[in-house]
Amino acid sequence: MDNNKENHGFLDFAYQMYKTMKTNEINLVYEGEVTQEITKTFTSITEKSLEKSQESNTVQRKVFNVMVECLQNISKHADSIDEDDDGARRGIVMVSHGETNYSIITGNVIKNDKVPELKANLEHVNSLDKKGLSELFKQQMRDGKISDKGGAGLGFIDIAKKTGSKLSFEFKKLTDDVSFFILTSTVKRN
Amino acid sequence: MEVINITGTDDTPNVILDKENGKFEISGRSLPEDVNMFYEPILEWIDGYAEAPADKTEFHFKLEYFNTASSKVILDILLKFEEIVENDNAVVIKWHYHEEEEDMLEAGEEYADIVEIPFDYVSYTD
Repeated sequence: MDNNKENHGFLDFAYQMYKTMKTNEINLVYEGEVTQEITKTFTSITEKSLEKSQESNTVQRKVFNVMVECLQNISKHADSIDEDDDGARRGIVMVSHGETNYSIITGNVIKNDKVPELKANLEHVNSLDKKGLSELFKQQMRDGKISDKGGAGLGFIDIAKKTGSKLSFEFKKLTDDVSFFILTSTVKRN
Repeated sequence: MEVINITGTDDTPNVILDKENGKFEISGRSLPEDVNMFYEPILEWIDGYAEAPADKTEFHFKLEYFNTASSKVILDILLKFEEIVENDNAVVIKWHYHEEEEDMLEAGEEYADIVEIPFDYVSYTD
């Protein structure tokens, strides 16, 4: 009996989710571990679906670009709620589109003590115009080093520079130790 | 010198480094998970080449896409060629970009701002 009820609840959830995705023109939703394999798979799915949709090459390339940077950020930097579970980098990914733009939304858990620096970085990137972003990118390429995690500290600058849109971000505190970081990047359809 | 000839994949580029035939090219896509691991042998090869470079080197970048970690390594490659230029050898970077990909042209221009090597921009279509 209980089993049946649970099953019904799930079907309901699946249907609601399907409907929500259709009405909001969501192309992709994922929650789980984010690895290089996942990154390659999602970018290739998105690429194929954009090709079919006859979206311009420039827009396709920008969406691809933002996805790679966001997913590789998660696979390099995401923290986990459970202290013992340090291996798996998990996150959520959503790609949707409207009349005028594509939104790439990613979310992952992050330690509270990293929040101030991350926030300051994002605010700094958002304060710059195209030329300022290009200068910062060049400076960071020259002076920065590839970290142990394989990042170059260039991802947010690159996204802001190539999309020409401000990065929209939010931190939701989950516990005393961690928050949920949500980043929304917007690619304009010409 | 040995020849480096790597065939590209979904996330790594084609690389040809062939001193004998004067072919130097990185093309395709570069978004490996571990950029250091992929590019280490390439940087080492260039270090070796720098010891006895050709009088004139034409290095082709024909990248369709690269991630930001790769952009840092590409600068490292260019800086090595800058040293070759400083030692009075001619180097030209042929920077290929798809005519619709302004971002790729801009990326080349940014590198040209940083390093003292002449860049030629070459546009291509499909």
